[in-house]
Amino acid sequence: MSLARRKFDVLAIGAGGGGLRSALQLSREEANVAVVSKVFPTRSHTVAAQGGINAALANVLPDNWHWHMYDTVKGSDYLGDQDAIEYMCRAASHLVYELEHYGVPFSRLDNGKIYQRPFGGQSQNFGGDQAARTCAAADRTGHAMLHSLYQQNIRAKTHFFDEYFAVDLIKDQDGFILGALVVEIESGEPLLIEAKTTLLATGGAGQLFRTNTNARINTGDGLGMALRAGIPLQDMEFFQFHPTGIAGKGMLITEGARGEGGYLLNKDGERFMERYAPHAKDLASRDVVSRAIATEVREGRGCGPEGDYVLLKLDHLGQEVLNKRLPGISDTIQTFLHIDPAKEPVPVFPTAHYTMGGIPTNRHGRVVVPVEQGEEEIPGLYAAGECACVSVHGANRLGGNSLLDIVVFGRAAGNDIIDYLKKNRYHRQLDNSSVEQAMARLTRWDQKGDGERVADLRYELQATMEKYCGVFRTKEVLQEGVEKVLQLEKRMADVRLHDHSRVFNTARIEAMELENLMDIALATVVSALAREESRGAHSRIDFPQRDDVHWLKHSLFFKEGRRLEYKPVTLKPLSVESFPPKERVY
Amino acid sequence: MRFRIYRYNPETDQKPHMQEYVLEEIQPGMMLRDALLKLKEQDETLVFRHSCGEGVCGSDAMNINGRNGLACITPLESLKTPVEIRPVPGMPVIRDLVVDMGQFYHHYRAIKPYLIVHDPEPEVEYRQSPEEREKLDGLYECILCGCCSTSCPSFWWNPDKFRGPAALLQAYRFLADSRDQATAQRLEELEGPYRLFRCHTIMNCVNVCPKGLNPTAAINNIKKLMVKDMV
Ligand SMILES: Cc1cc2nc3c(=O)[nH]c(=O)nc-3n(C[C@H](O)[C@H](O)[C@H](O)COP(=O)(O)OP(=O)(O)OC[C@H]3O[C@@H](n4cnc5c(N)ncnc54)[C@H](O)[C@@H]3O)c2cc1C
Ligand code: SF4
Ligand code: SF4
Ligand code: FES
Repeated sequence: MSLARRKFDVLAIGAGGGGLRSALQLSREEANVAVVSKVFPTRSHTVAAQGGINAALANVLPDNWHWHMYDTVKGSDYLGDQDAIEYMCRAASHLVYELEHYGVPFSRLDNGKIYQRPFGGQSQNFGGDQAARTCAAADRTGHAMLHSLYQQNIRAKTHFFDEYFAVDLIKDQDGFILGALVVEIESGEPLLIEAKTTLLATGGAGQLFRTNTNARINTGDGLGMALRAGIPLQDMEFFQFHPTGIAGKGMLITEGARGEGGYLLNKDGERFMERYAPHAKDLASRDVVSRAIATEVREGRGCGPEGDYVLLKLDHLGQEVLNKRLPGISDTIQTFLHIDPAKEPVPVFPTAHYTMGGIPTNRHGRVVVPVEQGEEEIPGLYAAGECACVSVHGANRLGGNSLLDIVVFGRAAGNDIIDYLKKNRYHRQLDNSSVEQAMARLTRWDQKGDGERVADLRYELQATMEKYCGVFRTKEVLQEGVEKVLQLEKRMADVRLHDHSRVFNTARIEAMELENLMDIALATVVSALAREESRGAHSRIDFPQRDDVHWLKHSLFFKEGRRLEYKPVTLKPLSVESFPPKERVY
Repeated sequence: MRFRIYRYNPETDQKPHMQEYVLEEIQPGMMLRDALLKLKEQDETLVFRHSCGEGVCGSDAMNINGRNGLACITPLESLKTPVEIRPVPGMPVIRDLVVDMGQFYHHYRAIKPYLIVHDPEPEVEYRQSPEEREKLDGLYECILCGCCSTSCPSFWWNPDKFRGPAALLQAYRFLADSRDQATAQRLEELEGPYRLFRCHTIMNCVNVCPKGLNPTAAINNIKKLMVKDMV
């Protein structure tokens, strides 16, 4: 059978905010770009983002990008790369204005400017008073942004391949990435998309954990594809647990709820964050608040019959603030808990939320790998958004910085690709062995007969990650976690599908997603076991301190041999003075 | 709990049929999507779209006991058994509960769903008062699930010509935006007997919208703008 082929200048895999922002840059420059997404673009998970996007517009309180930079570096527990962070914070205001010009229906202040709310980890004047830096469209900012970005791409006539699933990257002997093998979900037919450059913008991997705030599609496919192409994953041990997921269910209650004045209570009715973060209280960084909640529950001060959650109090905000500023979460609370947030507090617990780690890139979105001296770019490969690790979030992401990350680095990647295309005018010769490998990954699922089920293995994997790689970690527990994941990985060979039709076979898609999750789970536990310190979201009970002497460095996990390497953190910004690591208090 | 689900696989089935399923363990608070996922664990061949699980991505519109809705925010408790689930009506079925939404998206793209401004852009944001911004509430929240258009008789009869409630709601979202400068052009493009005027205010769309939006009101507002435009 001959394989169908299409040729483009650029293949963007992912139509969330990251993929769409770079596609827009490219389409406007008249590059020939194909955007592939496993769901219709506006169904990408950016749609679920609630609270807002950070930029020092100073519409509400005094602010500037340099303070934003300080907060981001501190929030990252000094693991963020300061060149990339400076770049992002400097670009923020311009990019938010640009989004507004695209039509994003931001909430407004009386003077007609964009509404901004306080979020966790924000300060004025390098650690002073609380700042208000998060630009919001009520609590539906991600929806507003994603729809506007899609609309702008309609206008720019971007080519979309909706409901196509990317299977694997195509690579040649010289290490160039030449596109990807994708499957049209509707027909089940494979298609080879050749491209001079390929951008991965496939989002996060929240489905690693049983209870999470993420959509079902967040299976980290781009991370799996990168690993299989021999590219390492960076800082995978840093997974963010959001302090306020609805207990036991996982739906997110935005940090904006605390930004608008909500706060947390334990079973004694105590506002316990005052003990953990006397200054910032409920608006301390996410890692700090999540640990505080987990500690309250562990020490017996949790609420409910099982004592396994704390309460988020919102009723004092009043109906008007809830209706105007937090309508989305008010709906969600009513729908899933049947309680009225204007009357009753909401049960919450730390919930797996955001993948800080990812595909290593520089601030131009180019994927980079270590070589003997320094780093080398993978020719033709870019990554942006949650699947990438630039790294602006380091060991802990600040709320509101991811929507910013995706537009800043989506655009930066778009710009760099335009340059790359000028220097690389022609498609390279395709490498058939690489295509065959990718096809094998697809046909593997044609095997018939009895075997284990995808759903069972996925469930076990998620439960394992939750149990062995959660908020608090120790060597023993992580070692067991590695063992368990390895056992599950072995069992993958026995998994068989019970649906072998071509047309819209979602079972096959889920099987390939599970393969990706398996690889990423291993990267996560192995990196976590190796890092013997506590930094940001990675808390080791057996190594409670941050250790800058040994661990101020990024981890790189390679699939082959499950090998770890390390690379230094970029402490030198682009133009300002470095923020050297110091003790982190809120 | 008992379910009757519409099944159709074009590779093996001559025509669609209804299949019975039973789910034993129903936990309190379970949504229909949770039930479908459990059924899919029993029977991998059952196919439906879904993703966010909280009513924001718009993937899982289906016809539930005769009414369009999102499975992920439909509580099982609210449903009469056996629960009868079909694909949303009026669209070509690809397989089981999955329909081809091409026509629906086509109308959406056709209304030019983006801000059109002719003046040079300022280097900061366009100013918009809270009152002007409030006019977009009830419009911008649309998740393009298609529940409305696929329950609209006018859309069933004229799927190629009538824009349908979802697209018209978006058309009004841009007409109502104080920043947009293409009012005349937008209205002109909706003229004629079909694109807008096929709406006979049957209100099915309003009744089913899972986000509580009101396409009929938006359509009437467009009609009013047209009258104003003519005078
Ligand atoms: C509930 C929630 C609320 C949040 N709120 C905020 C907030 O208020 N502020 C903030 O800054 N951040 C927030 N975040 C984080 C932020 O929303 C995400 O990090 C960000 O939107 C990710 O964007 P992305 O473009 O990288 O990926 P996504 O939007 O996840 O898009 C990924 C894209 O890749 C495609 N894709 C994936 N795999 C494949 C494949 N194999 N083949 C084809 N296509 C594929 C998908 O179809 C999709 O189009 C929130 C996150 C969650 C979960
Ligand atoms: S009110 Fe108009 S758009 Fe809505 S269902 Fe009726 S005919 Fe269709
Ligand atoms: S108007 Fe409502 S029903 Fe119609 S597509 Fe939008 S959200 Fe869905
Ligand atoms: S799964 Fe997203 S709306 Fe139901």
